[in-house]
Amino acid sequence: MGNSTDLSLPVNQRLERKRTVHDDQKLQSARRRRVASQVLWHAIMIVFVAAWLIPLVWVMRNAFLPKDASIGMGWSLKFTLDNFIRVWQGAPFGQYMLNTLLVTAGIFAVQIVTLTLAAYAFARVPFAGRSVVFMLFLVQIMVPPDVLIFSNYQIINDLGLLDTKLGIMLPYFASAFGVFLLRQAFKQLPYELEEAARVEGSSSLGILRRIYVPLSKPIYLSFAIVSISFHWNDFLWPLIVTNSPENRLLTVGLGMFAKSTEAGAQWTDVSAATLIVTTPMLIGFLLFQRQFISSFMHSGIKG
Amino acid sequence: MNTRWSEKLRRNGFGWGLVLPSLLFLCMFTYYPMLKSAGLSLFEKNLAVRNPVFVGLDNYKALLHDPVFIEVFRNNIWFAVGTVPVSMALAFALALFADKAIRGKGMVRVAFFYPNMIPMIAAASIWLFLYMPQFGLFAKFASWIAGSEVNLLGNPDTVLASLIVMTIWKEAGYFMIFYLAGMQQIPKDLYESASVDGVGVWKQQLRITIPLTMPTTLFVTVVAITNAFKWVDHLWMMTKGGPDHASSLLLYYIYETTFNFNDQGMAAAMTVVMIVMLLIISCLQFVGWERKVHYQ
Repeated sequence: MGNSTDLSLPVNQRLERKRTVHDDQKLQSARRRRVASQVLWHAIMIVFVAAWLIPLVWVMRNAFLPKDASIGMGWSLKFTLDNFIRVWQGAPFGQYMLNTLLVTAGIFAVQIVTLTLAAYAFARVPFAGRSVVFMLFLVQIMVPPDVLIFSNYQIINDLGLLDTKLGIMLPYFASAFGVFLLRQAFKQLPYELEEAARVEGSSSLGILRRIYVPLSKPIYLSFAIVSISFHWNDFLWPLIVTNSPENRLLTVGLGMFAKSTEAGAQWTDVSAATLIVTTPMLIGFLLFQRQFISSFMHSGIKG
Repeated sequence: MNTRWSEKLRRNGFGWGLVLPSLLFLCMFTYYPMLKSAGLSLFEKNLAVRNPVFVGLDNYKALLHDPVFIEVFRNNIWFAVGTVPVSMALAFALALFADKAIRGKGMVRVAFFYPNMIPMIAAASIWLFLYMPQFGLFAKFASWIAGSEVNLLGNPDTVLASLIVMTIWKEAGYFMIFYLAGMQQIPKDLYESASVDGVGVWKQQLRITIPLTMPTTLFVTVVAITNAFKWVDHLWMMTKGGPDHASSLLLYYIYETTFNFNDQGMAAAMTVVMIVMLLIISCLQFVGWERKVHYQ
């Protein structure tokens, strides 16, 4: 439209039209700028997403490539499962996986019991010294067992539990973090529920089992995810405590395996082993992505 | 009176009975080891001195004069300085992106969060390969920039930075989750009214998002700093703290002193230093939370 204004129009109308055209242009250029910055912003973020995926793509590429092809940089269409077969036969990864499952599940099972009891006491039983004991629990959050690895090793040694699965699990049987999480959930449940159950003659432990635990399921789920992923991935402590293959965990097995092949260019094997170790968690994560992420949002600190 | 007393006794017994199992494990694996480390740190006990000799604060004095400890301590500070702000800034940007982007939101979350789901030892073995001279993808990239072949993990000047990059990759997604949670709590009409008033997108972030996610920032800072002192698995796998202690961190040095040099007194003294540091960092968090409660 522009300047082809009809000169026969009255002055004020001509001015009016000029103004709207001007505004339109201003609005349009603002919109264009916004779109441009949006595009740029998305482009930068997509680059980051791509960069973040490189290690995963790389390890997958090498795990499925024949040995000689992995050294070259180019993309090769060769595909093989030999690496996995060789790795599975070269180290007892099946045993490691079973051990990891046992240890992780064992820790979690005991934690559930200890933290449910303690959380209930802190939430609903006003006993003498409660706040002092609560403070004692706080300290474990600040100083996690990772830091005390060396003294804990000696204690496990004194107990004669070196190189046992129980030795790996023992320091984690109490989780102050879980107690805090659950105490909060218990406190938020209406006290009337407990009173009603009491009138009907339920015992305290019965109330805990039939009211508090079922109503706090989401919190238990959050804690399960945090606890299981932490212990599935833990390395240094199980490394120190165990020294025989029967008791080694996946992470330790992977560490040993990668170290033993360090000299040669057996990176295809190491990549395959790395994939074997990470796949269970990665699949779990992809399947339950939403729950995983929201549970991390709720739970805060690891441990 | 009598029944009230017995009721009180019963309640106390019940409460203590409930916390007892947890308390037992806590005493065994948190309090006892802490006290034991504190005690042992006052003794000389190593391969040469089998029966501990009381030396007072000598172990601590020796730490101050141990060039390796000083270097390791400095490394750890640099490690924290390198990882904390960058991974937090990235996490913030990514959360902004994952919060607003309509399509591909899930993809962004998965891409950034998956490093968190894999063990540090596995991440380390992947990155070891990526950094390996001649074959590694990143090593090739670095050589291409430098114009000559670079051994990123074998050079004292580049090794710490290489590990920092990997740690940022591992951690940014974890912090992103907290920022996402924080951002979702900000009422959307704040942004709408800002837009109506003609406030630009950048200014909106500066005036709305950043101040309203301050509590998250505080929380993430403390978690990130604590983590910077706890990561060790990657050192075992990638560098063993070398070359020449250039990449060693505190907890790894404690591990080495204990299990390779068998110097228990010194290791205990270093453990005490770490505990004190972690307690200070965590206390800062509590002070921060108190402040947050005030301005809410």
